Amino acid sequence: MSDTTKSFEGWIAPRQPPSGTVGAVGWMRENLFSSIGNSIMTIIGLALIVYTVPGIIDWAFLSADYTGESRKDCTSDGACWALVAVRWKQLFYGFYSTSPGGGSLWRPNLAFIGLLIAVVPLLFDNVPYRRYLLLFSLVYPVLAWWLLSGGFFGLDEVSTHKWGGLLLTMVIGVVGIALSLPIGIVLALGRRSDMPAIRMLCVIFIEFIRGVPLITLLFMASNMLPLFFPEGIDLDKLVRALVVVVAFSSAYMAEVVRGGLQAIPKGQYEAADAMGLSFWKSMFLIILPQALKIVIPGIVNSFIGLFKDTTLVLVIGLFDILGMAKAAVTHADWIGLAREAYIFVGVVYFVFCFSMSRYSIWLEEKLDTGHKR
Amino acid sequence: MSVSASSESSAGSWIYDPKVRSIFSQVVVIGLFVTLMYFIVHNTAVNLEKAGIASGFDFLWTPARYDVTAGFMPVKATETHWDAFMAGLLNTFIVAVFGCLFATILGVLLGVLRLSKNWLINKLAAVYVETIRNVPVLLQILFWYGIFILMPRPKQSIEFFDAFFLNNRGLLGPKTFFGDTPVLPQAKLDAMIAEMGEVKYNALIEQFGQDGAIAQIAESVRPVFGTGSWIPVVAFIAAVVGVLIYRRWTIKVQEATGEQYPVFWVGVAAIIGLPVIFILITGTTVELQYPVLKGFNFVGGSSIGGGFLALWFALSLYTASFIGEIVRAGILAVSHGQSEAAFALGVRPGHTMRLVVLPQALRVIVPPLTSQYLNLTKNSSLALVVGYPDVVGTIGGITLNQTGQAVECIVITMAVYLTFSLLISTFMNWYNSRIALVER
Repeated sequence: MSDTTKSFEGWIAPRQPPSGTVGAVGWMRENLFSSIGNSIMTIIGLALIVYTVPGIIDWAFLSADYTGESRKDCTSDGACWALVAVRWKQLFYGFYSTSPGGGSLWRPNLAFIGLLIAVVPLLFDNVPYRRYLLLFSLVYPVLAWWLLSGGFFGLDEVSTHKWGGLLLTMVIGVVGIALSLPIGIVLALGRRSDMPAIRMLCVIFIEFIRGVPLITLLFMASNMLPLFFPEGIDLDKLVRALVVVVAFSSAYMAEVVRGGLQAIPKGQYEAADAMGLSFWKSMFLIILPQALKIVIPGIVNSFIGLFKDTTLVLVIGLFDILGMAKAAVTHADWIGLAREAYIFVGVVYFVFCFSMSRYSIWLEEKLDTGHKR
Repeated sequence: MSVSASSESSAGSWIYDPKVRSIFSQVVVIGLFVTLMYFIVHNTAVNLEKAGIASGFDFLWTPARYDVTAGFMPVKATETHWDAFMAGLLNTFIVAVFGCLFATILGVLLGVLRLSKNWLINKLAAVYVETIRNVPVLLQILFWYGIFILMPRPKQSIEFFDAFFLNNRGLLGPKTFFGDTPVLPQAKLDAMIAEMGEVKYNALIEQFGQDGAIAQIAESVRPVFGTGSWIPVVAFIAAVVGVLIYRRWTIKVQEATGEQYPVFWVGVAAIIGLPVIFILITGTTVELQYPVLKGFNFVGGSSIGGGFLALWFALSLYTASFIGEIVRAGILAVSHGQSEAAFALGVRPGHTMRLVVLPQALRVIVPPLTSQYLNLTKNSSLALVVGYPDVVGTIGGITLNQTGQAVECIVITMAVYLTFSLLISTFMNWYNSRIALVER
């Protein structure tokens, strides 16, 4: 650069931009102090950070207690993480390993590792040996059920009322996510069907489910479902919760998918018909691949909502991770430690939900083939 | 056309006729549905009969046998299940309305902050939204409830201006009374004295005298709007009507001449000012009754329970994070050329926002906003975990457990929420059609 400028007589050498517009100072001027109003906001924001963050860090880490047997051992002013240290087994597995009738913890652990192996090839398409891993994903549900519940092939049976904590949250979340998408797609197709009877049934189901809170549906499952069956048939509490959660989230999923179906231009449907494709072939080969791609953010939002809604099972007496935390803070040893327990559970949920939302953003960018309008 | 084609080709091809197929599959689905329904109804009837539970809604008029103390409408155990249900309905309504209100205000603020050019403010708002959105609302309700019940005891209440007190029972504040204490009808007075008991009544007479005692009893059930309170109420209504007429007039004038008159500030001044002026002129008493610490607890004033506060806080903070994103997306959806065009015409920034950007952004914002309001209303059913007696807590909870009328109670609860959903979406659809783009 300097060579070329030297070679021309009479040219003015390029100068540095004014010092206030580049570097850290320039960035701050541009982004923090661009006007009087902005400067005031920045100062308020800084004050907020200075006022709260050191206190929070001090409370949560520096002067926190990490070990102890009960809240009496927490002598400092800070958080009492001893609660988590003592109760982690219940928070993660519920009463899975407590006798009588419990199982050892390697079983849920192995199921969790298996879940990771089963999910990774579904999420990313550049995984080595993806084809074989996908086969594993297909048999994983059976394997997980056998590992967790046992009862044959040498594993002792562990009744579902022993399941709890994060294990239960994961079971409900994963089953809900795995089933709500296909059922939601079927409901969405039904709602757009030309057959009035099927359309009407789908509309009633979707609108009814979406109009009432999940909690009332759970109450219905725990109070009314036993009335629906002949005497002697006793449905497992967990199965009841699963049925409700799946029904609830598929209704929401159906609306998301319907949005995608409506966004596909009519020409696509007509072209598929013109090619002589049957209804299901035109749906699975032409329409759904495009429609689902459009609504990925909505689908993942639905999954996140479902995962968060699994907490509601505590109102029908299932103890998921939040239920376990709630039970812990009402215990005499830990009473008054609501903040610590709930913050811990909140962090666990945040990790799951935040990674799901990041994944959806990544996938959206990856699948963006430039047809966005 | 299709008839002749199919009859010519082959006799068996009616299997492939879409019409026949469609009718066939519909008949199958309806048949399955009806069978399932019959199975459910039949089993339910048999099971109910075996359990000896008479179906029907007569239980609503039997005594509830439980108190509804928290919330905004106390119900005594001697009153009926219907009264408890009404209290629950009111409580659900109040938390939904105030939740939507607070969530909207906070959400719009968050949306605007997220769009701020200020990096720090922008990031702070983003951190808030991402944190709150990714944590279950039930957890947040329990968290806030944990904070509110860990507040100090009444004796060590946190005070604001000597009028508001925050303690582990909730938030207490002054209660406003308009007008004088009305004269109690004799029958009501007798009933209250009977309920109070002879001993207590005699003690009151000893302390205040015959008239004084009656005044004390009347004071204890003093309504917020006493005798003579119609003046500020009428003034308020008159002010609202007046402002609406004034607004119409200003729009007409502006359309005719282009002249603008202030509406907002005139409206605020009239709606607040007119009742105040009337109160001052007529000398209607306006009394503030402050809560007073007596023994271990406060007496008088009005109070809001910790359960309501936790629920209201958590629901509005949670929903606000979603509304913030909706508002942000809505404003971003308005093309930049719109505000540039407005600036080119010399429209001031405030007017550009109000007259050009917001009306267009609202079209994008309103539909998802509706579903957020619906979500908040439905999530208010989580009141159960903080002991705030809403519909699910009263009719769907205690009444259900006491009477065993599971089907009826759950049907009522669901009907309530379906009605709420319907009302909110009808209102928002009406609003949406008002602001929707009018195309040719």
